[in-house]
Amino acid sequence: MNPVRLRVRRPGRLAAEASALLAAAVVAFPLYWMVLSAFRPAGEIESAQPRPWTTSPSLDSFRRVFGQQEFGRYFLNSLVVAGAVVIASGLIAFLAATAVTRFRFRFRTTLLIMFLVAQMVPVEALTIPLFFLMRDFGQLNTLGSLILPHIAFSLPFAIWMLRGFVKAVPEALEEAAALDGASRSRFLWRILFPLVLPGLVATSVFSFISAWNDFLFAKSFIISDVSQSTLPMALLVFYKPDDPDWGGVMAASTVMTVPVLVFFVLVQRRLVSGLGGAVKD
Amino acid sequence: MTATPTTPRGAVRERPRSVRRRPRTSPRPAGRTATPWLYLAPALVVLGALLVYPVCQLGLISLLKYTQAQVSGGRPTTFQGLGNYAELFGDDQFWHVLLATVVFAAACVLGTLAVGCALAVLLTRVRAVPRLALMLAALGAWATPAVTGSTVWLLLFDADFVPVNRVLGLGDHSWTYGRYSAFLLVLLEVVWCSFPFVMVTVYAGIRAVPGEVLEAAALDGASPWRIWRSVLAPMLRPILVVVTIQSVIWDFKVFTQIYVMTNGGGIAGQNLVLNVYAYQKAFASSQYGLGSAIGVVTLLILLAVTLVHLRLLRRRGEEL
Repeated sequence: MNPVRLRVRRPGRLAAEASALLAAAVVAFPLYWMVLSAFRPAGEIESAQPRPWTTSPSLDSFRRVFGQQEFGRYFLNSLVVAGAVVIASGLIAFLAATAVTRFRFRFRTTLLIMFLVAQMVPVEALTIPLFFLMRDFGQLNTLGSLILPHIAFSLPFAIWMLRGFVKAVPEALEEAAALDGASRSRFLWRILFPLVLPGLVATSVFSFISAWNDFLFAKSFIISDVSQSTLPMALLVFYKPDDPDWGGVMAASTVMTVPVLVFFVLVQRRLVSGLGGAVKD
Repeated sequence: MTATPTTPRGAVRERPRSVRRRPRTSPRPAGRTATPWLYLAPALVVLGALLVYPVCQLGLISLLKYTQAQVSGGRPTTFQGLGNYAELFGDDQFWHVLLATVVFAAACVLGTLAVGCALAVLLTRVRAVPRLALMLAALGAWATPAVTGSTVWLLLFDADFVPVNRVLGLGDHSWTYGRYSAFLLVLLEVVWCSFPFVMVTVYAGIRAVPGEVLEAAALDGASPWRIWRSVLAPMLRPILVVVTIQSVIWDFKVFTQIYVMTNGGGIAGQNLVLNVYAYQKAFASSQYGLGSAIGVVTLLILLAVTLVHLRLLRRRGEEL
């Protein structure tokens, strides 16, 4: 940062930094409370004098969560669903984004507009026809019934977002590759794909979250075979509106949030530059 | 990151008019036209089967008398034209829910944008450590799954042993009992988990604004608010449009938060929004036709929003 800027800003900067830290604390507080409640011994959560710390952390709540029938199975199911959606929608979106940015063909603009329109389709409204579709294809109670719709719903946004990244790869590179005798598919996978990968990572955040968070499809399509259920449903086992087991809910919430946090921290830098790129084009 | 070739150019740099009109990609020879369709095939198959087809089905079901009796095959499915819509529009509850949805979504969008933009500007004015702290906190909120976010906020605002009530001195005030306070609680959760997208995007946009511009404004004695209104906001307009539309679309479709936090729509359905209403009609009372009709209404409203978005894009003369 250059010195002129610093001098101009000095008076307000301490105030700005204080408010930034305060905002960070407020935003992080619910998460802190979640982890704290998960580690509290039984009885302390409901205590009349809640203190923002605990003197005797216990793993009881986690034991209850992991002791729940097939919790590990739910966790694995969630990972499989989210992983399959991220990989499949990433690859499909990469191909489609390449098609609409690197080629000129009839209906190209129409297609782009349709991708944009597809983004706004409310997933929830489609639960009804999707339910019958899954039933007719015998997919109810399978993980496929969760994976397939999520691929479809994350595609339009992913294609739209990847466009900017594919566009940013210079045209000259493609010509050079062609001159060197690289086939089209070789260029696609060996040159273009690695260059677009950071964008793909940024995009995958959105598909990962939508698949990992999914509550509605799991609730509607996994109706009788609980072994195919996913984490959000496992969490709600502890949450009964009249008498919730807060310790269990918070421990399960923590377990459910950690993988997403890890994923986010890993892709954090790509995300910032990725969003900056996607939105402008 | 700025060194990699994939980083796109500055966000607000205007392309000269003459260049903008001409496609940058050179047209392919005619013989190659099959290739793009080959690349598009997987996407089109998936979208066709799982998006376009269900949308058509949704429209069809909304015209049928389709309840549990028809699903189990007990009674024949009958076509009843716009009967479901007539029933819907004649129902007072539908209009209440529609109004609540619009107001609630608007409040969520405003809250999200205000918080997101304010914090994005704040991020540009602080040093690395506070910036990292705020960024990480925001990513944490963003990463929190909707179900867990909802339960955590419920715990924070729980009537019996709530930290929040104690701090505010509200005793055992129940937040989910009253209609407006329940909506407010959901609103806070929605803003909490959706402002990070706005913040990160706008922050990325501000960073692409040349430093000299801001410096000049600051040297001329412009206040932060003035800089935002007269310099940043106009320069970031394209980003703000995208972020706003995206928020409208997302907040209009809020489902999990309402469903979990108000236990399926609140006492006597006081906290229903269109999505939850459709779900309840279809899956709780097995009126699939009626539920689909509500779905179609939601779809049409969002379609209108998207068309506005397209017009705004077009007006900027942007090449898709």
